[in-house]
Order: sequence, then structure tokens, then C-alpha cells
Amino acid sequence: MSLRIVVCVKYVPDATGDRQFTEDLTVNRDDVDGLLSELDEYAVEQALQIADEADDAEITVLTVGPEDAKDALRKALSMGADKAIHVEDDDLHGSDVMGTSLVLAKAIEKAGYDLVITGMASTDGTMGVLPAILAERLGVPQVTLLSEVKVEDGVVTGRRDGDSASEQLEASLPALVSVTDQSGEARYPSFKGIMAAKKKPVQSWDLEELEIESDEVGLEGSWTAVDSATQRPARTAGTIVKDEGEGGKSLAAFLAEQKFI
Amino acid sequence: MAEVLVYVDHVDGAVRKPTLELLTLARRIGEPVALALGAGAEATAAVLAEHGAVKVLTADASEFSDYLVVPKVDALQAAYDAVSPVAVLVPSSAEGKEIAARLAVRIGSGIITDAIDLEAGEEGPVATQAAFAASFTTKSRVSKGTPVITVKPNSAPVEAAPAAGVVEALAVTFGALATGTKVTSRTPRESTGRPELTEAAIVVSGGRGVNGAENFHIIEALADSLGAAVGASRAAVDAGWYPHSNQVGQTGKSVSPQLYIASGISGAIQHRAGMQTSKTIVAINKDAEAPIFDLVDYGVVGDLFAVVPQLTEEIKARKG
Ligand SMILES: Cc1cc2nc3c(=O)[nH]c(=O)nc-3n(C[C@H](O)[C@H](O)[C@H](O)COP(=O)(O)OP(=O)(O)OC[C@H]3O[C@@H](n4cnc5c(N)ncnc54)[C@H](O)[C@@H]3O)c2cc1C
Ligand SMILES: Cc1cc2nc3c(=O)[nH]c(=O)nc-3n(C[C@H](O)[C@H](O)[C@H](O)COP(=O)(O)OP(=O)(O)OC[C@H]3O[C@@H](n4cnc5c(N)ncnc54)[C@H](O)[C@@H]3O)c2cc1C
Repeated sequence: MSLRIVVCVKYVPDATGDRQFTEDLTVNRDDVDGLLSELDEYAVEQALQIADEADDAEITVLTVGPEDAKDALRKALSMGADKAIHVEDDDLHGSDVMGTSLVLAKAIEKAGYDLVITGMASTDGTMGVLPAILAERLGVPQVTLLSEVKVEDGVVTGRRDGDSASEQLEASLPALVSVTDQSGEARYPSFKGIMAAKKKPVQSWDLEELEIESDEVGLEGSWTAVDSATQRPARTAGTIVKDEGEGGKSLAAFLAEQKFI
Repeated sequence: MAEVLVYVDHVDGAVRKPTLELLTLARRIGEPVALALGAGAEATAAVLAEHGAVKVLTADASEFSDYLVVPKVDALQAAYDAVSPVAVLVPSSAEGKEIAARLAVRIGSGIITDAIDLEAGEEGPVATQAAFAASFTTKSRVSKGTPVITVKPNSAPVEAAPAAGVVEALAVTFGALATGTKVTSRTPRESTGRPELTEAAIVVSGGRGVNGAENFHIIEALADSLGAAVGASRAAVDAGWYPHSNQVGQTGKSVSPQLYIASGISGAIQHRAGMQTSKTIVAINKDAEAPIFDLVDYGVVGDLFAVVPQLTEEIKARKG
């Protein structure tokens, strides 16, 4: 029986660009290049490795995002995923994590799944909570923040490296897994992969297809409200000295002056 | 007065500092009621009372350690139902965030993660967050349901404020999902005797410039001279020179100490994301053009193998 894997991937503004907020205090997506969140590449990679080990598996990549988010799906398809779903609707603009997770949960249920894989956090919102929320909404075990993951005979096992301990986890499918950037380097798409991705199916769904009312999501429907966003003033230029043999001593003098010693 | 539910992070009864900071913030909104789970939960009561907890709810069950996250969510929900608080505050650890998030779904509330400050506001608590690698500061609110907010370490002072701290056992019934994810083994991390990275007042970090695991002892020696925690860049961690649990940055720990000293670290955006809110920043780097120098209060352009040992010696000499 085929193993159905859904990988959630987010389209985010490039972290090395000049990220800004727009007037409605949502992320400015126009002036910075977008890309597949780098941490979600690890999720796609683990899905590909799990699929390789399975007799028969199918990987669907899923994103909730604007028109351009198709780029993130293409990247995942060119890495080797089989098909893609793009949930796109004007009413989604400004959704918070509760709204986004509601849409993802409905889309995952509609697509059908045995295993959901996500990244550990997005590189823009960086909340790191969406995987746990999705597991709660779907009513399946959460096997999150794994640095190693394996699926065998309908059971997922993995290692979670926490603050105070390293834990070995186990859950039965269907389940939700999130993987860290310690789970193994993500592959680069090959030329063949990029060409093949162009022919792979990308479905588009809107809110109506997912039976979600527009007031359950978006800026208006959000569970949270951003009142202000201000750029931090650039740090005032500090003192920079060149070491000519006394660099360590001058630094110690600075630390003493600041009462750290 | 309105009650604020505070989730306690403790190790066998020893309350971790971020929880005491949460009690300071909770008192700005109402009266803190603390929830402590697992072995040693009752032993937390005295210190929680000293810091303002009017009540300490406790529960212990093997489920809390045998299964991942969900049993603790069941307990937090039971406490929520018992208290009907005006807000729920949880420390922003990886597990804390997951517990808070699942509670928020269950009670139909919004969630704010990684707050760095919290104030009472007309429409409920207002949280400050640092966005986009701390280049922006935002103020946000939960607009639906009871605010669930996770707060980063070092976001508030620890203040004594004696209160009753009455201990009450909380009855918890575990739902069907509680036993979904089994913890089949647990290997505790070995203690280095140094302060916890996220809680430390001073953090000393090394990067690719340290050039080998065998050289990290010079970073550790500097840290020990200052009573500091040791951090590392991802380049140093990926090279296997230092454990991942010490990584500072977007996919490592986010730190906000009084003093951050970066040696042989260039200052990539993902590293900055984890340390940019440090009060005083110092860097040692042989490249005068390294982006880390844009952030520093004091920078030394030079070879860390010369500067760091000299600094360590000088600190020891000054401390006598
Ligand atoms: C600076 C900033 C701060 C924010 N703070 C809050 C806040 O405090 N509360 C709040 O409710 N919202 C907040 N948001 C909005 C929130 O980030 C988005 O709604 C987001 O889609 C979900 O959160 P995340 O991406 O941070 O999730 P994370 O939990 O960091 O993401 C984990 C994983 O979930 C998956 N994922 C996340 N979003 C999508 C998507 N759109 N499509 C497919 N997969 C996805 C990916 O696999 C990702 O790796 C914030 C946004 C920004 C930019
Ligand atoms: C999704 C994602 C997440 C990431 N998360 C993190 C994260 O959490 N934390 C993190 O740190 N990085 C993270 N990174 C990696 C980040 O982009 C950088 O690659 C990394 O921070 C570089 O580490 P570094 O500064 O030690 O190394 P480099 O950038 O190579 O810098 C080394 C510096 O050392 C200096 N140097 C060399 N020799 C000496 C000497 N003898 N004396 C003095 N100075 C010397 C050099 O001049 C140079 O500036 C992430 C990247 C991605 C894509």
C-alpha cells in the first residue's frame, strides 16, 4: 500500500535581503526576493529519503501563500517531490498561525495522508509552533524537532535533541513529523530534476474548495493583531581597535569600564 | 484581581530563571497562579511564592515523562479550566512553545511566541517581539480568546514579591492523544558546570575562526574567567568542533545576555538573529570588514589566538 507523504513548505522573503513591513503591518513581499524557506528543504529531503526506503510512496508538497509561492513548490518538485498543491486566495492575506494552520489542516485532510512533514520553523515568522498546532488540529501524534527520522512498518521513530536531554521517540502512522537542520543536508536539484519538475502537476485550491469562510482567516479573521512595527535604530558605531600586541588588554579595559570585570 | 496562569519550567523542583522572570511579567497583568508538573513539582512552591505566585497547582504522573508534550497540554488545559485566567504565560523553550500552541488551539485563542517584553494594555496584554533577525520591534496583541504568550529568557528582571503560594493538587485526565508519541529512551545532557546558555548574563562564542575542536579550550577559558556560558556559530557546530546544543542563532539558541563576545565569527544574518538583542556586543575578528563589526560596542581587529588568551589573562589579573 502506498505511503502518502505531505510536506508543508513555506514561501518566504530572502533573509539576506532588506526585509520590511508594509503599511498594514504584514510582511512586505514585493521588494525582496522570495524563496522556499531554507529550513523546509530539510523537510523535503527527509521525505525523499523516507520515500526511497518505502516500497511505494508518493510525496505531495503543499504551500499556503500568494501567486509567487509556486516558486517554492517548483523548487521542491525539482528536488524530487511528485506533485504539488497551492492554496491561494486573496482573503488569505495577513493570516496568522491559527489561520494558516487551519487552512493547512483542511488541505492535508482533503489531499489524504499517512505522514505529514514540516520544517522546524519558518525563516520569516520563526514561531516554530505550526507543526504542534497542525498535529493538534489533525488529531495525530506529533513527532517534532527530529534530527534523525525513520519510517518502517507504519511506525515513525526519531531522535529529538532537546535542551536537557536527547530523546528517542516513536509513534504510529498517521503522524506529523518536523525535522531540524541537523537531519541531513538537503540535496540540490539536478538538471534532470528541474526539467522533470516542469511537467509535474500543481493543483490550485481556494478557500471555497476547502470549505473555509473568508472571515476565519486573513488579516480580519486573525487571532492576533500587530499594533506597530518599528525598525530598530542601527547600533551606534562602537570603538574598533586594531591589535598591535595589546588588543586583549584594551578589550579588558573596556570590559572593566563597563563593570563586567 | 484577575489571575494569570504561569507554566513552570523546573528540573526536579529547581525552578529555572525564565519562570521567575515570567512571574515579574505576570504581576503586571494580574495575580500569578503557577502550574508545576512532574517530579518535584511541590518543591517549587516556596520559590514561586517568594516571587509572587498566589497559588501553585501541581500534578505528577508517569505520562509526563513517558510521552511527548501532549500530557502536559492536558494538564495545562485542566489548570486553565480550573482558574479561568486572563492570560497564559509559558517560557519560550522549544517544548514550552509547543505546549502553549496546542493549548491555544484547544481553547480557541491566538498565540504570540517569543515575546521580549509584556505590558498591560487597554485591550489586553501587549507583547513586544523582535522580528526579522531583531532588525524590527513589533507590538502585538491576542485579539481572540484568552491571550497565550510565550516569553524569551532574559526578558524581565527577577523580582521578589512574597505571596501566599498555596499548594493545590490539580486533577488531570489524559485524553486519547496523550499517549500518541512514546519517549522510548532519554539520554540526559552532561552538565558542564557553566551557566545555561539562554539564561547566562555573559556569553562567549567561537566560530569558524577557532579552527578546530582542539582550540575551543581558549574560548572556554575566557568564558570561565567571566563566569560565562559558551556559544558557537553553526559553522563551528557543523564542523563538529562544539555540540549543537551550544549553537547560537536562528536554528540554535537565541540569547540576550548583558554581554556577548564573538570570536572568529563573521556575523551572518542567521547568527545575528540569535544574538542581536544582547546589551553589549564585543567581537574579535582578523577581518576588519566582517559584518559583525557593524553591531559591536567594542571590536578588536586581530588574531583571536593572540587576543583571546591575552584577554583571559588580563581578566584573571584584574580579578586577582
Ligand atoms: C516577524 C513575524 C512574527 C509573527 N508572529 C506571529 C505571532 O506571534 N502569532 C501568530 O499567530 N502569527 C505570527 N506571525 C504570522 C505567522 O508567521 C504566519 O501565519 C505563518 O504562516 C505561521 O507561522 P510560522 O511560519 O512562523 O510557523 P513556524 O511554526 O515557524 O513554521 C514551521 C513550519 O510550518 C510550515 N509552514 C508554515 N507556514 C506555512 C505556509 N504558509 N505554507 C506551508 N507550510 C507552512 C513549514 O513547514 C514551516 O517550516 C508572524 C509573522 C512574522 C513575519
Ligand atoms: C537556514 C539557515 C540557518 C542558519 N542558522 C544558523 C545559526 O543558528 N547560527 C549560526 O551561527 N549560523 C547559522 N547559519 C549559518 C550562517 O549563514 C553562517 O554560515 C555561519 O554563521 C558562519 O559561521 P562563522 O561566522 O563561524 O563562519 P564564517 O562566516 O566562515 O566566519 C569566520 C570568521 O572568522 C574570522 N577568522 C578566521 N580566523 C581568525 C582568527 N585566527 N582570528 C580572528 N578571526 C578569524 C574570519 O575573518 C571570519 O570573519 C544558518 C544558515 C542557514 C541557511
